Amino acid sequence: MDLHFGDSKPSDEERAAVDALLGPPESSWEGADRSDADLRWARGGREARARRDLLLPGLHAVNDRVGWISEGALAYLCRRLTVPPAEAYGVATFYAMFSVKPRPATVLHVCTDLACLAAGAPELCEGVESRLGPGSGVSVQRGPCLGLCERAPAALAIRAGDPVRTAVAAPATVERAVLAASAPGSAAGEPPAERALPQAGDPSLILLRRVGVVDPADLDDYRAHGGYTALRRAFALGPAGVVREVTESGLVGRGGAAFPTGRKWQATASRPETPHYLVCNADESEPGTFKDRVLMEGDPYALVEAMTVAGYATGAHQGYLYLRGEYPRALRRMEHAIGRARARGLLGDDVLGQGYAFDIEIRRGAGAYVCGEETALFNSIEGHRGEPRTKPPFPVEKGLFGRPTAENNVETLVNVLPVLTMGAEAYAAIGTAGSTGPKLYCVSGSVERPGVWELPFGATLRELLERAGVREGLRAVLLGGAAGGFVRPDELDVPLTFEGTREAGTTLGSGVVMAFDDTVPLPRLLLRIAAFFRDESCGQCVPCRVGTVRQEEALHRIAERTGAAAAHDVALLREVGRAMRDASICGLGQTAWNAVESAIDRLGVYA
Amino acid sequence: MTVTPLGTPRRLVEFTLDGEPVRAPEGSPLLDACRSAGKDVPALCQGDTLTPKNACRICVVEVEGARTLVPACSRGAEQGMRVRTDTERVRHSRRIVLELLASSVDLSTTPRVAGWIEEYGAEPGRFGPDAARVDEEPRVDNTLYVRDYDKCILCYKCVDACGDQWQNTFAIAVAGRGFDARIAVEHDAPLTDSACVYCGNCIEVCPTGALSFRSEFDMRAAGTWDESAQTATTTVCAYCGVGCNLTLHVQDNEIVKVTSPHDNPVTHGNLCIKGRFGYQHVQNRD
Repeated sequence: MDLHFGDSKPSDEERAAVDALLGPPESSWEGADRSDADLRWARGGREARARRDLLLPGLHAVNDRVGWISEGALAYLCRRLTVPPAEAYGVATFYAMFSVKPRPATVLHVCTDLACLAAGAPELCEGVESRLGPGSGVSVQRGPCLGLCERAPAALAIRAGDPVRTAVAAPATVERAVLAASAPGSAAGEPPAERALPQAGDPSLILLRRVGVVDPADLDDYRAHGGYTALRRAFALGPAGVVREVTESGLVGRGGAAFPTGRKWQATASRPETPHYLVCNADESEPGTFKDRVLMEGDPYALVEAMTVAGYATGAHQGYLYLRGEYPRALRRMEHAIGRARARGLLGDDVLGQGYAFDIEIRRGAGAYVCGEETALFNSIEGHRGEPRTKPPFPVEKGLFGRPTAENNVETLVNVLPVLTMGAEAYAAIGTAGSTGPKLYCVSGSVERPGVWELPFGATLRELLERAGVREGLRAVLLGGAAGGFVRPDELDVPLTFEGTREAGTTLGSGVVMAFDDTVPLPRLLLRIAAFFRDESCGQCVPCRVGTVRQEEALHRIAERTGAAAAHDVALLREVGRAMRDASICGLGQTAWNAVESAIDRLGVYA
Repeated sequence: MTVTPLGTPRRLVEFTLDGEPVRAPEGSPLLDACRSAGKDVPALCQGDTLTPKNACRICVVEVEGARTLVPACSRGAEQGMRVRTDTERVRHSRRIVLELLASSVDLSTTPRVAGWIEEYGAEPGRFGPDAARVDEEPRVDNTLYVRDYDKCILCYKCVDACGDQWQNTFAIAVAGRGFDARIAVEHDAPLTDSACVYCGNCIEVCPTGALSFRSEFDMRAAGTWDESAQTATTTVCAYCGVGCNLTLHVQDNEIVKVTSPHDNPVTHGNLCIKGRFGYQHVQNRD
């Protein structure tokens, strides 16, 4: 590799941001001043190249400090890591939270996605934009779901500096959003995590029982509330025993694909190649989803413990927590929890004195929905563009860094704790035969008590909506998020199980339940969904890259038209949608037509 | 004599292709099996010298038991598979993908694509006159190559050829995302400010003419490019001792471009700047 880094130099601040992450450069080969020794020795190369996975943290370091990534900063980072600048530029331009053009130090992300759209995001945006004109030093970005749907509409301010400052305004008024952007350090704090739980304090809760009960910063409090009993049981059972218990519990992944967790762990554990990795997918970006955020904010040690159990069962000694870039409070809480667990011997070389080594590293996403796809997430951690890989080979064979990897999302992992503490049999007795255990739902939209709800599998959509206090004039419910589908008000008796929703021709997806009353114009929602997929497509395969554009164009043409006037474009949508579903590389393209199709077929939106 | 490199021995697996039993080495691409069985499966991003990226999705086939269609260029043969290459579902996806491509980029210099558009009944015009497309002037910033983004289908072949699969220069990558994704050097700078070493191996693998020789680009603009009047002669490069094969494309007694045979065991179609572009002295007749 003979890399060409160009002539542009980093500013002192950019250099300091990179050096704070990577340490000072040791020779001119990685960006230091040239010494006599450098004239005789060539360094860098292989050793530095093995740190390619620090590219994304490096881009974050510069973006956090300066607000954008200049040519000089990128070149310096590339020199330090022996990454070709063209590739690093490709990575930096892949993520929505980075900019390679100068911009103000403060960026205010205003959510315009479904729940916020229904709660008045367009008016909020206009108000904020007119207050924060060009000279305000704030860049206002309208963007996808911030995962604060229970407090819609929402805005997130990020001010670059050392340290970077963030502030959340939700529910946001123009005043609160402007205040968050103009003084992120002194803006009002967020309400505690348990405010997102309408059932807080209910003794029947299993997954959410500690949220609001324990102090999320206090490890002893966590232990006093049953923390680390699952890990002790895991050590007593041994790795194979844990896998057996999880398999017998019937636990399936909660991320949308519903794959049996025990089988995934077994397949990873049995691979001869080493090392194995455990990855926790906390890149919750499905519009309408916020349960993983609430779990991480309210009960962070539970995730640390669950990842340790999963690592032990699958033979991994290193876990990665890939955390959404738009979740500053969850990031702080998880960082703190991991640090405390490490200091107390619950992570590290000898977990709980059992001779098992396990540690967790947090990797921050940077605004890309597609990185929730497991193989795209691996590419993102490795310092490549977050493009999905072709399967097979599957992650259990060749996952992160080409090694056997078990990837689970936050909710799935947290379910492992009750599986071990109550035993597989008792756990499997919850829910139905085909869908065992408790399930979290993210309820938002036209309801009185939005938030994360925990119900055993098998409750009907009607029961859930009634408990959440659905408002008069319900027009439609979006089940499973933008990649899910709409159901009609007369279909509310569908049982919330994997088999029940499948039979009803819809999906549970990631557990999104978004209610829309008749004040929300459906064509506008569909346009927003189409725009979302067009924005979030990675661009790798043709059906998704162009298909999502054609889908959005057709919906624009139809606009408010119905019947014969819309028939041609509806037919076009069907044809393109079918090819996207059949021929796209990953789940993003394959599901980009689901919600629109269900709105046409089940709601008769353009009939 | 051409030496064919032999890989590690692989066992043969048996599976059915459109109902007919076939045998192929385990894990070998389904596309190879299709082609040896005489089936014309279209493909754009697949090439004979690179690992296919399976991004174009034109070669999709139906594999029994698979939820979605699978790319024949990348999916390996497995024992007992049942593969169908010409079902209504397959033809539908191919037609739509051809329409999506042809409605967004200029495929006029892409070999064979016009035939496929006809065969599959694709109508790229039906997305309307306002359908978004890649509309850009060709970038002519050096004397050797032209980058015509209007024709780029993002097949990733140039990226792979410039990167770890052949050249190891890593001058180009994909930047941006979604419909705005594009092949670019760092900061989308002119090629002359990049790490490009002008080996031309990206032109060699480009399936659409988005990357072309300046000579070809200028002659096309002048209306003098005439492939039917060209002869191709393969010879040995005289610059150094490696012995790379050059194919000289000659029109009106002038070399108009240089390619290299992909089945050459030394180069597999790769050349350096001298072999690819250093031919002017041959026709310097002063």
